[in-house]
Amino acid sequence: MTTPETFEPKIVGFLCNWCTYAGADLAGVSRLKYPPNVLPVRVMCSGRVEPELVLKAFWEGADGVLISGCHPGDCHYIEGNYKTLRRKELLDRLLEQFGIEKERLRLTWVSASEGDLWARVVTETVEAVRRLGPLGRTRDRLQSCDGILAADLPAGGCCHGEHPAAEGGGTGGR
Amino acid sequence: MTKRITIDPITRLEGHGKIEIFLDDAGEVENAYLQIPELRGFEKFCEGRPVEELPRITPRICGVCPGAHHMASTKALDAVYHVEPPPAAKKLRELFYCAHYVHSHIAHFYALAAPDFVLGPSSPPAERNILGVVAKVGLQIGGEVIKHRAYAQDIQNLIGGKATHPVCGLPGGMSRAISDDERKGIVEKARSCVEFANFSLKLFEDVVLKNKEYVEVIKSPAYALETNYLGMVDKDNAVNFYDGLLRAVDPRGAEIAKFPAAQYLDYIGEHVEPWTYLKFPFLKKLGWQGLSGGATSGVYRVGPLGRLNVAERMATPGAQAAYEKMFDTLGGRPCHATLAFHWARLVELLYAAERLLALASDPAVADPNVRTLPQATPDEGVGCVEAPRGTLFHHYKTDAAGMVTAVNLIVATVQNNAGMCLSVKGAAQGLIHDGKVDQGLLNMVEMAFRAYDPCFGCATHSLPGQMPLEVSIFDARGKLCQRVVRA
Amino acid sequence: MAPVAAKPKLALYWAASCGGCEVAVLDTNEKILDIAAHFDIVLWPVATDHKYAGVKALDDGEIDVCLFNGAIRNSEQREMAEVLRKKSKVLVAFGSCACFGGIPGLANLFAREAILERVFDTTPSTQNPEKTRPQTRWAAPEGELELPTFYNAVYRLDDIVPVDYYLPGCAPPPSLVLKAVTAIISGQLPPPGSVLAPEKALCASCPRTKEEKKIKGFNRVHLVAADPKKCFLEQGIICCGPATRDGCEARCIAANMPCRGCFGPAPEVIDQGAKLLGAIATLVDSNDPAEIRRALAGVADPAGTFYRFGVPSSLLRVARCAAPGAPGKEAMAK
Repeated sequence: MTTPETFEPKIVGFLCNWCTYAGADLAGVSRLKYPPNVLPVRVMCSGRVEPELVLKAFWEGADGVLISGCHPGDCHYIEGNYKTLRRKELLDRLLEQFGIEKERLRLTWVSASEGDLWARVVTETVEAVRRLGPLGRTRDRLQSCDGILAADLPAGGCCHGEHPAAEGGGTGGR
Repeated sequence: MTKRITIDPITRLEGHGKIEIFLDDAGEVENAYLQIPELRGFEKFCEGRPVEELPRITPRICGVCPGAHHMASTKALDAVYHVEPPPAAKKLRELFYCAHYVHSHIAHFYALAAPDFVLGPSSPPAERNILGVVAKVGLQIGGEVIKHRAYAQDIQNLIGGKATHPVCGLPGGMSRAISDDERKGIVEKARSCVEFANFSLKLFEDVVLKNKEYVEVIKSPAYALETNYLGMVDKDNAVNFYDGLLRAVDPRGAEIAKFPAAQYLDYIGEHVEPWTYLKFPFLKKLGWQGLSGGATSGVYRVGPLGRLNVAERMATPGAQAAYEKMFDTLGGRPCHATLAFHWARLVELLYAAERLLALASDPAVADPNVRTLPQATPDEGVGCVEAPRGTLFHHYKTDAAGMVTAVNLIVATVQNNAGMCLSVKGAAQGLIHDGKVDQGLLNMVEMAFRAYDPCFGCATHSLPGQMPLEVSIFDARGKLCQRVVRA
Repeated sequence: MAPVAAKPKLALYWAASCGGCEVAVLDTNEKILDIAAHFDIVLWPVATDHKYAGVKALDDGEIDVCLFNGAIRNSEQREMAEVLRKKSKVLVAFGSCACFGGIPGLANLFAREAILERVFDTTPSTQNPEKTRPQTRWAAPEGELELPTFYNAVYRLDDIVPVDYYLPGCAPPPSLVLKAVTAIISGQLPPPGSVLAPEKALCASCPRTKEEKKIKGFNRVHLVAADPKKCFLEQGIICCGPATRDGCEARCIAANMPCRGCFGPAPEVIDQGAKLLGAIATLVDSNDPAEIRRALAGVADPAGTFYRFGVPSSLLRVARCAAPGAPGKEAMAK
């Protein structure tokens, strides 16, 4: 059973290739100590992180999501991180309406030379999510409502290509 | 030792419901319960929505009368924003709304009512549907039914974007105006609808009123229910679907209340019972006295018969003549014969068509100015119209940004809940004796609620097929006493 | 006389629905007679007198096609979904409620208790001092009465049973209904799992002019007079077209009102609301955080706007308050 002392949050991290990912490498090379709870996913730009990816992470059972990119003005693709900023604004409000604390989604800017900043960001994020407690997989949450879900529940949308009779994924969906 | 008869589901009306009939030892009906198992929660999940979206959300309460919810919701927005639409917008809304009535009343009469009357209440179930009606009255008439409901849908599509779930209503007006050419197209269709409404009344006369047996059924005590009535009237106490004051009359027709919709909470309360999800509105002046009719009970009825009982006249000439004829035939106003709802519905069909024609014939309805932009801070408002099935209230509260904080809805059919329960019980008690039931009798019990056109007008068609019904009668120990199968 | 071949059997059923999908079938107007002639209807509660007992007595797979509309909100609807899946060769999720959850799906943003409390207690016209609530079993003086269970959440049809085809729309327009029925009759359906609607987003067939989408703020549709020829998004009016499947003939657009997404996600889109959120966020023409915040504050109600017809289809599915025993809720609450 999970208690405040034993709960280890699972956090999915989307790290931009040019800045944060390099910064995280620097933290590692510098042998900085920080919690191992973030599963790093390298993306070319924080702007690659579309809202669907964030929600998918929560669907799969992430307790928190951390997106980290270049500082505003330094984006390798000029404007990518501004897109991220705009999306985060709306995502926070959306998550709130679903009762998911907006502190579970964090957006930070960490450059390639900021290894110690990365370590601090991760430490703070893990502690914040640890305090909020586990979120659980979305499917489990839905199942806990009435216990009536079909065994092979598709991910979302319709036409998932998971129909028993479909070959190779049906048309128009995945 | 109580015996029990279950009808599940009830059919040719709004989706879900069942009737449980309990017999006493002598085989007489002790009680009957009309249970509604549905609930979706609009009064809660509209909270937090932008109020201007409610005319696009609330029509999903009912896909046969979405136009009614759209109109009530739009009028509620006018009230919430304290904004007055320009005259052309009001005309255009009422034009849309008359077309909506034409669709709804045609749909109900020809699919729900016609089979029971044209073919007979106890006729074989396999024939007792719209195809049986068409076989009796002819394919040409069937085509006319489809054509005129299609006209009504076309007019709503034109003005509202879609007939099913229109989008045109905004606080202070409409999302678009119609052109003069579009208006002229509506005039043509409206003219044809007036003729068709007259034809429908004639059909009713030929098939129902000239048949002594049917008239006896209509007048029989099994279907009589004395209640108070509520409906919307204009300044001449004529029926008006779109706007006016609400008037309540007692079983003798005397006025017991007249009030603007905004004050509805002073007049109407809703009672809850544990055996159905549907509430029971009642007149607060008289209070909830239990499920009973009469002048001292708060139970009241709405819808076509309710409206005609409340009103002193119809606002258009053809409908006025039909109104007078109906009450002359049935022994004066108010009329408590529940099956007369079907007749009243056709009188209203004629009124809606005549009003449609009058509004469309006025070039002012094509005026381009159909919007007044709201300026005031939104807070609270009530929108009320007569839906085809009865009075409809939408009551919204918002914060200063126009986000919904509270919603209260009193939807037409809920106000007939008590009436329907009493009618079903009355029909069962009047028809079932000695514990004997057969298919025709069970259908006649269902006819008692069908007259109200509850919540959901049917399709233009019912289709043939096998209609099995199995009724099992068990005693209190669970032993099977009798089984009736309608194959 | 030669025996007449049996007609294929057709069932139409409604769960938590409004009835608009039934009207959609009838809005095929005179073509409904051809449809009726082709099939033997075995269930259609709105129009015929078939009762549940008759359907349950059919053999498995005896129904050739079932058109099932409405979301799953209570135990009776779930039971009928399971029965009809068993008895039908082909099950079509008909309309947005069956496909995505629809408008009733907005209830997933609230707890069941909050809904019941509002309906039976706190609505201003309700007079219920005894706090009576509908009961699934209740002892009337004459005998026991039953009602179905009102679930904690709203479900799509394919949350409960496998679905063969999806026909979206609120309601599906007659043209698509006819196309689907014709495909069924002629045996020319696409592969199972398909959506019986075009493979494009609404923007592809929207007649409005589209130029450049850069805006400084959003306008709620009732506070401005929308230009009927220009793309809504370019006027700062939220329109869900970019992430919504085509097929509706853009009727709302023609009435000068923006799309609200009733046709569900565009092809290849898993989460319609997330896609819309991204699209709307992109419109803002600013890189200044304060300006961005101000502009996006004009988006009222993200959940209810981006998931108007599909809360039960979102990757988030249901608000946490609606899930009574959700993992994680008990852990930290002290």
